Amino acid sequence: MEQLTQDFLRTKKLPHIWCPGCGNGIVTAALVRAIERAGYNQQDVVIVSGIGCSSRAAGYLNFNTLHTTHGRALAFATGLKMARPELKLFVIMGDGDCSAIGGNHFIHAARRNIDLNAVIINNHIYGMTGGQHSPLTPTGMKATTAPGGTLERPFDLLELARGAGATFGARGNAAQPRQLEQLISRAANHKGFSVVEALSQCPIAYGRRNKLGGAVEMLREMKDKAVSVEKASTMDVDELKDKTLSGVIYSVDAPEFSEEYYRSIGKA
Amino acid sequence: MPFEVVSGSQAAAIAVQRVGVDLVAAYPITPQTAIVETLANYDAKGELGCDFVSVESEYSALACCNGAAAAGARVFTATASHGLAYMHEMIHWCSGARLPIVMVNVNRAIGAPWCLDPDQGDSLSQRDTGWMQIYCSGAQEVFDTVLQAYRLSEELLLPCMVVFDGFYISHTYEAVDIPDKEQVSKFIGPSNFKAQVVPGEPGNIQGIIPGEIQHQLVKKRSETMMFAPSLFEELNKSFEKIFGRCYRAVEVVAPIGAKTAIFTAGATAETVRWCLPKMEGTAMIQLRMFRPFPAEQIRSIIEKNNFERIVVIDRNCSVGVGGILAQELKAALYGMSKLPAVHDLILAGGIDLTGEMLGQMVEESDGNVKTGYKWGDELL
Ligand code: SF4
Repeated sequence: MEQLTQDFLRTKKLPHIWCPGCGNGIVTAALVRAIERAGYNQQDVVIVSGIGCSSRAAGYLNFNTLHTTHGRALAFATGLKMARPELKLFVIMGDGDCSAIGGNHFIHAARRNIDLNAVIINNHIYGMTGGQHSPLTPTGMKATTAPGGTLERPFDLLELARGAGATFGARGNAAQPRQLEQLISRAANHKGFSVVEALSQCPIAYGRRNKLGGAVEMLREMKDKAVSVEKASTMDVDELKDKTLSGVIYSVDAPEFSEEYYRSIGKA
Repeated sequence: MPFEVVSGSQAAAIAVQRVGVDLVAAYPITPQTAIVETLANYDAKGELGCDFVSVESEYSALACCNGAAAAGARVFTATASHGLAYMHEMIHWCSGARLPIVMVNVNRAIGAPWCLDPDQGDSLSQRDTGWMQIYCSGAQEVFDTVLQAYRLSEELLLPCMVVFDGFYISHTYEAVDIPDKEQVSKFIGPSNFKAQVVPGEPGNIQGIIPGEIQHQLVKKRSETMMFAPSLFEELNKSFEKIFGRCYRAVEVVAPIGAKTAIFTAGATAETVRWCLPKMEGTAMIQLRMFRPFPAEQIRSIIEKNNFERIVVIDRNCSVGVGGILAQELKAALYGMSKLPAVHDLILAGGIDLTGEMLGQMVEESDGNVKTGYKWGDELL
């Protein structure tokens, strides 16, 4: 098990560029273990990423990897999947990448229900450019583009995806990497567009500015706030205030786009 | 006047604050981000005095500026590299709409693959979009050019791009003379261009028109832009009266008897300026205004100085042709009776220009009447 996971990494590219305490490495490791758990052949897996801190993960993963333009990872992945539907695609994006500049591609991938596994590392900030607020920055939190706290309201990414047609939505976090690994592997086994929102910490460009402490404090808070879907069903609205749901939030069956497409060929 | 040590990016942002704009649209991209961050800080302290809109993409940033400028607002945005490329449709659109938008572009290479180093190809490749483009060689120039860009833009009703190199200028700190708002307002007062969207006067703007009318509009736009070099000269006279310094669309530094001139734009001009004292018989032509291309001024400089060889330093490459500045220069020289040879050094991607490279390039061009180009890595 250990050896295989190592094979999935481009160890020559390490050490990585992420800051000490960054959650990107934890999420990337969970992804690697999830791919292993899903039992895929290394040569069948393709990792597509956008640009930003999180998207650097593609460079460290020893599969066919495609590091694409800002926000467009899902559009590249759609082309790849349609050309080679047998491939297993994981699309790594950051919150700014996926939900701001890439928001359009995100909703349309969901609408088509194409079999892509989107893993969005949500650290609530544009990290690589130094801490600008993204559409997933909670209202009131500070960023270089909102020194007094952002007035904007964040998306609920999973509800956005569900509304657009995604058939699998799960939320995990960097403080609970085993659960995250399970969620990504369940997403991998789901046929259709699946979204895993991986909450993560950016102690440098987000934590520091918002006085959230270092990585340890941020991880602790993440863990304390996480409530499983099962447990949440026993809690009332007041108890759920300030909590984040974790686990598989929805999973439904619906026709998958690439399969439907190939089935339709010659029928027109 | 108060000198402050600031980066090129900060100089741009402070200039925008001093001008007093109505709206800033912001989206982060390296190496531009410090500009919008500096403006966000002004905004947080209540010193920006305008709307600060943090948008979801570069495309939206320029669309937001378009909307606001159509309503008569003085606007600003900044971008770089892929951000500029992503705006491409809007860049055309804002010019066609005759809106006086000022945008800073900080040069950075365009992928694939990803690269952060300075390459001027991002903005030079937007040459046909109907924007004026001015290239700066240092932080003071950045500050001053932003002020001047608003004047140019609002008088001609054409958008203007102020361009400078990533890192070499954007992240380098220099002493910059930063006048206060009051002084700046002597040069540039409140905007007074006519709004296109006026409450109570409903109309359809930027709608569909037949090709014949579009033809007229393009002609008008093109003719209007041709006034920019002389207007630039004019407004630099009033700029000098207030601030004690001025610029030309094309600048020349020519020691007596120089037969070879180095022709370049942006930060490389500063490198060349520093190297010139050690390069006997060599002059420099610094191109500030790239659009419109000041062909007449360049020809007269070459004629007056009798330059026999021009060595162009191109921090870009139009793949399949060569350096863009060299192409533009050659087109401008067409029909001259004493045609200088044009040699081109291409630094595309992002390699440093050293004094040795310059020396070698000038030496190789010496006596060589054949026009040609060389790649930077061949001189390293
Ligand atoms: S800036 Fe934030 S997200 Fe980027 S590597 Fe550093 S800690 Fe991680």
